[in-house]
Amino acid sequence: MAPADIRHVILDILERIAPDEDLSDLNDGVPFREQMELDSMDFLDIVMELRKQYRIQIPEADYEHLISMSSTVNYLQPLLKDAPAGV
Amino acid sequence: MQDSLRDPNRIVITGVGLTAPNGNNLSDYRAALLAGKSGVVPYETRYIGPVLAGVCNFDEFRYQKKKDRRRGTRAGSVSIYCANEAVADSGLNWEQVRKDRTGVYIGITEHGNVETENEIFEISKFGYDTSVWSHHHNPRTVANNAAGEVTLNLGITGPHLTIGAACAAGNAGFIQAVQMLRLREVDLAIAGGVSESIHTFGIFASFASQGALAKHADPAKASRPFDKHRNGIVVAEGGSLCTVERLPDALDRGAKIYAEIVGYAMNSDAMDFVLPVAARQAECMQLALSRAGLDAREIDIVSSHATATEQGDIEECVALQTVFGDRPSLAINNTKSFIGHAMGAAGALELMGNVPAFADRMAHATINLDDQDERCGLRQIVANQPRSMERVEYLLNNSFGMLGINSVLIVKKFPREHGGVYE
Repeated sequence: MAPADIRHVILDILERIAPDEDLSDLNDGVPFREQMELDSMDFLDIVMELRKQYRIQIPEADYEHLISMSSTVNYLQPLLKDAPAGV
Repeated sequence: MQDSLRDPNRIVITGVGLTAPNGNNLSDYRAALLAGKSGVVPYETRYIGPVLAGVCNFDEFRYQKKKDRRRGTRAGSVSIYCANEAVADSGLNWEQVRKDRTGVYIGITEHGNVETENEIFEISKFGYDTSVWSHHHNPRTVANNAAGEVTLNLGITGPHLTIGAACAAGNAGFIQAVQMLRLREVDLAIAGGVSESIHTFGIFASFASQGALAKHADPAKASRPFDKHRNGIVVAEGGSLCTVERLPDALDRGAKIYAEIVGYAMNSDAMDFVLPVAARQAECMQLALSRAGLDAREIDIVSSHATATEQGDIEECVALQTVFGDRPSLAINNTKSFIGHAMGAAGALELMGNVPAFADRMAHATINLDDQDERCGLRQIVANQPRSMERVEYLLNNSFGMLGINSVLIVKKFPREHGGVYE
């Protein structure tokens, strides 16, 4: 999956987790939590959705890589390289 | 009267929020009950296929963010809607209310089944891999969920309890409020009962296995308490929560007063998991009357619990006959005939649907009573059309539940000159 596709997947998950937020101006380089209401349970929703959709297990030690859109896409790229876009 | 108006043990209802299958506020709901309008509709749920249910259509997002709704439960959502409506109706200046002196007491029949069924269905799509079991499961299924969600939504920092009391729970929520107000544990209570039960297939399946799930070609005719052709329960969702205060506090702020809670009782059959016992039900009513300092002859309307089951309706009629005899001035009605059995919400919805009788002096009917079972042959049952009453000063509300739990609440009309809502 290309970085743009991964970004789309994450954005889709965020829209479901935070349905009251307008994410159209999300800044990829800024931590999610500085731009939207996102607590630890929401954060676990991102991990859970990736587990459900792509069967990838993200160890707790790696959660720090999911801090912003850019870091999340970078982290997921090798894990999702063989995943088809649009799953 | 002046001295007794300062009695802090007198407890009054000062605001009402509700959602029923046939109305999302008290005036619409009351109008539906007087017009004979049912809220029972065809309903599809997981596994069991088409059933009948009482379904609510209130706006979940009037008082709750989408994110919080996603986090929470239907019981929480019903509770948040009803609590906010009650606070708005009460005229309380919410900014000034001491949140640490406010308690939330919500009766419920069962909780956790909906979320557990949802999660099991979800992991079934992943080969029952429990690693996809939601981390939201525990906060959604803890027994205090419904009341806890209200505290989160309204910023209430006083005590909260969701009171598990089977189908006696609606009254139990009010009773808890009365006790906590009298003990000065809180200054304001948000109390009543809620139900999300139509969202669990298990409750339908269990009643079906018990031979107690209602069926009828016309959904509006399915719930038939006291009728010879009744064939079981219509499960419903809903809620009714009220602001409840000590009378002097209510008077000091010029509150409108819907009713005074003058008597209550709870007891247990100690006999059977499911089957009711008329003698204990009668004792419960007599205890509530005694605490209210009333004679049974003073009650004007009895809001019956009857669920349209074979045994339940008969037992309650025996209990009612024991307590009230044949006095023709009494009206006995049944709200479940309109909306089905709203489980934990039933007691609270059935009470509040009758309270406006203080104004219109109409006992709403028991609909679908085409052929009254002679074993439920009480003459006072109001059949199919509302009954105009000479006077309505006292209402007695029955709610009974499985494991032999009985609850009774008695409310009194409050004088208009002192803040009563009704002429």
